[in-house]
Amino acid sequence: MSAVAHETSLGLDNRKLAMWTFLGSEFLFFGAFVSAYLLYLDRTAGGVGIEVFDIPFTSISSFVLLMSSLTMVLAHHAHTKGDMRRMRMWILATAGQGAVFLGGQVFEFTVFYREGLVATQSPFASSFYYLAGFHGIHVFVGILMLLGLYSLSLTGKVKPNQDLKTEMIGLYWHFVDIIWVVIFTVVYLIPELAMT
Amino acid sequence: MSTAPTQDSPPSELENPRRGHHPTPRDYVRIALILAVLTALEVSTYFFEFGPLGIPVLIVLMIVKFLMVAGFFMHLRFDVPLYTKLLYTGLFFALVLYAITLAVLVLDGGELL
Repeated sequence: MSAVAHETSLGLDNRKLAMWTFLGSEFLFFGAFVSAYLLYLDRTAGGVGIEVFDIPFTSISSFVLLMSSLTMVLAHHAHTKGDMRRMRMWILATAGQGAVFLGGQVFEFTVFYREGLVATQSPFASSFYYLAGFHGIHVFVGILMLLGLYSLSLTGKVKPNQDLKTEMIGLYWHFVDIIWVVIFTVVYLIPELAMT
Repeated sequence: MSTAPTQDSPPSELENPRRGHHPTPRDYVRIALILAVLTALEVSTYFFEFGPLGIPVLIVLMIVKFLMVAGFFMHLRFDVPLYTKLLYTGLFFALVLYAITLAVLVLDGGELL
């Protein structure tokens, strides 16, 4: 494959352009869920509402996800320098932090369920689970991509001069992170503050 | 080391004058530390009384964190402006979607179901 294979009339790489277009469209996807959540915030149908949230616990998992963006960008930086050993180390660290976040979300959902927040119970409960759950699925897909990248670099199928592959997965991962920045504030912190 | 374009980067992107100003790992760690402090500030609104300033502070902190991750970690500050436009067009339409849904809710007398 030659260097000019992906050159376009815009002078940009098609794959990177596609990724940014995809990420832009993802805002609409999450925007719909966030809108539904905000509009259904007080539709608890007499059931459990935001009082079930454990802000200290969610803060820690949010912090872990935020720091995974640091390890992701360090992985990309290492790849641009051709340092594949360090790149793999940071990729594993990123996937590990993603797994910690996801484990925390599963634990959190289990606790919520036990305390009576059931998805079919109210518009509030279903909008919350759909929003947080779809974000969780995005994290899960990100972890799979990171582990795939790790495996492919280990077998030599991702080469030191193919840093765009790490950059693309990095873009997706950072996007998942900034979506959580919004969710953490809009879904967890602001309603808690407004309730007190 | 050769300055020839790599397999993954077309020449025109390499020629972007802003590409040479990418942050170093030390810069990334500094940005992460700032993000950690901002997150701690956000969480502090749960433990301390901020009065009527609480929600505006949270919104400002969220926007700053968003811009820092998008600008530095996603390299939007150093990449071609088209990528920024693509991302923020999606965000703009998401906000429009929320505004329309909110308007429907208000005009419908608060009943969406």
